[in-house]
Amino acid sequence: MALLNEQLQGQLKEVFSEMKNDVTIAVFTQKGACYSCEETVSFMEEVEALSDKIHLEKLDIEADSERAKEYNVTMTPSIVLLDADKKYVGVKFNGIPAGHEINSFIPGLIEVSGAGEALPENYLEQLNALTKPVNIKVFVTLSCPHCPGAVQKAHKLALESDLVDAEMIEAQTFGEISDKFNVSSVPKIVVNDKYEFVGNQPLQVFLQEIAKTQN
Amino acid sequence: MELKFSADFGSSFKKEGAFDKSMLYDLLIIGSGPAGLNAALYAGRKGMKVGVVSGKPGGQVVDTASVENYLGVSFATGEALVEQFMNHVKTLKIPMLNDADVEAFEKKDDGTFELKLLGGDVLKAKALIIATGSKPRKLGIPGEDQYAGRGVAYCAICDGPLFEGRDVIVSGGGNSAVEAAVDLAKIAKSVTIIHRSQFRADQIVLDQLNAFNNVTVFLQTEIKEVIGEQLMTGVVVLDKETGETRTVKADGLFVEIGHIPNSQMAKETLKLDNHGEIEVNHLNETSIPGVFAAGDVTTVPYKQIIIAAGEGAKAALTANDYVNRLKR
Repeated sequence: MALLNEQLQGQLKEVFSEMKNDVTIAVFTQKGACYSCEETVSFMEEVEALSDKIHLEKLDIEADSERAKEYNVTMTPSIVLLDADKKYVGVKFNGIPAGHEINSFIPGLIEVSGAGEALPENYLEQLNALTKPVNIKVFVTLSCPHCPGAVQKAHKLALESDLVDAEMIEAQTFGEISDKFNVSSVPKIVVNDKYEFVGNQPLQVFLQEIAKTQN
Repeated sequence: MELKFSADFGSSFKKEGAFDKSMLYDLLIIGSGPAGLNAALYAGRKGMKVGVVSGKPGGQVVDTASVENYLGVSFATGEALVEQFMNHVKTLKIPMLNDADVEAFEKKDDGTFELKLLGGDVLKAKALIIATGSKPRKLGIPGEDQYAGRGVAYCAICDGPLFEGRDVIVSGGGNSAVEAAVDLAKIAKSVTIIHRSQFRADQIVLDQLNAFNNVTVFLQTEIKEVIGEQLMTGVVVLDKETGETRTVKADGLFVEIGHIPNSQMAKETLKLDNHGEIEVNHLNETSIPGVFAAGDVTTVPYKQIIIAAGEGAKAALTANDYVNRLKR
């Protein structure tokens, strides 16, 4: 059965017509117990079918461990978006981006295709000043309306800086890591496993927390 | 598992509706809740060059699980209602700038306004409507900030799923609090409503609450402190009738005690009342000609979706008259 209804398919086709370059979706799954792996792959297959610019690669976290390592994939299901040169640009989704998260996943594809809007100059300056690697984890639930906004911001920062890696983590699918970071409100943003804040805050707040990792 | 998609790609992808940051708008509307969106609809229909500048698309209605008191809509989720509002506004191809945080505005010597955005962009308009709504009010008690995001929560539909099978408290006695309790009762092991006075919620909402057998209610009871270790473990409450203090154990506390206006951007420039609400007259005029305000951010009483929407329409009509007068 199709996960995306006809109306949504139509909407998505229109949105995808704005894509500039090709994008590859690399989806990592695992044999055996994997909550929502099957649904995630079906969802990605349906998305791939909606645009010539979207390509799908199905990978296994164990059989393709080299690739998993290259993209820092540690959980399944995990979706990594690769640009036209099949390069990892720091945009990752752990857990199925359904519910409200479709609103961070679809814009993610558009952004990685190179059709996104530029960041204001002073934000870019702050990003260009980075010297050490930055990891941003954004914990979400699929019923949270303002979570996709926070995920989009984190991914945008990753796209604009080679040093930034940003990942959505669906808190219910990955309970263990959510408990480790005491996630009880979403979106919860954790930078380099150390600096954290709650809420879809302005980009300036993301950058302030990122700055703390550079000392 | 159940797969649902709540798609809302905004207008940012639509080329014809792209937001032009350099043009002089007739009217810029700040906020995209019911007040801002209805203002956009009315202004668009008048033929004004109008744009919407929005932080959180849809405003706080999207955080509401169900809306049952909007005329003509017997039931809708908050998001579904907002989607209908958005789709209606989109038929007029009104450009919307999302994730934009307005820092301040300034009236220039030529009578036009400049909106300063966080990040450095500056937008220009002949008139402004401030419809920035409100945000959840905090309890203001010890432990609340310390355990925010570690048990203390302000959005039941967002954070409810994280409390599956656990014990939670809802603070408040209005419709929002009781509706949150009803939603949480379906997920959590137990829900305890704690409120310092009597219920203000509508009877029809209270009836829904009474259908659950995992809900406990403590009225005339005030929460004094949030306690815990790494995460919150409970609250200390004062029973106002007996004068006794005791601890109520819980993993989560959902604060639903009303809202405070998002009027920071206007606090240096517009007249506010002592709650921080923007003072408006019956024409939605503020203390500066050309700046109008509508919805929950204003002094207009009863914070309701339908009232905010009506106020937005009124503000747009007044703004249209104002801009027309400038042309003469």
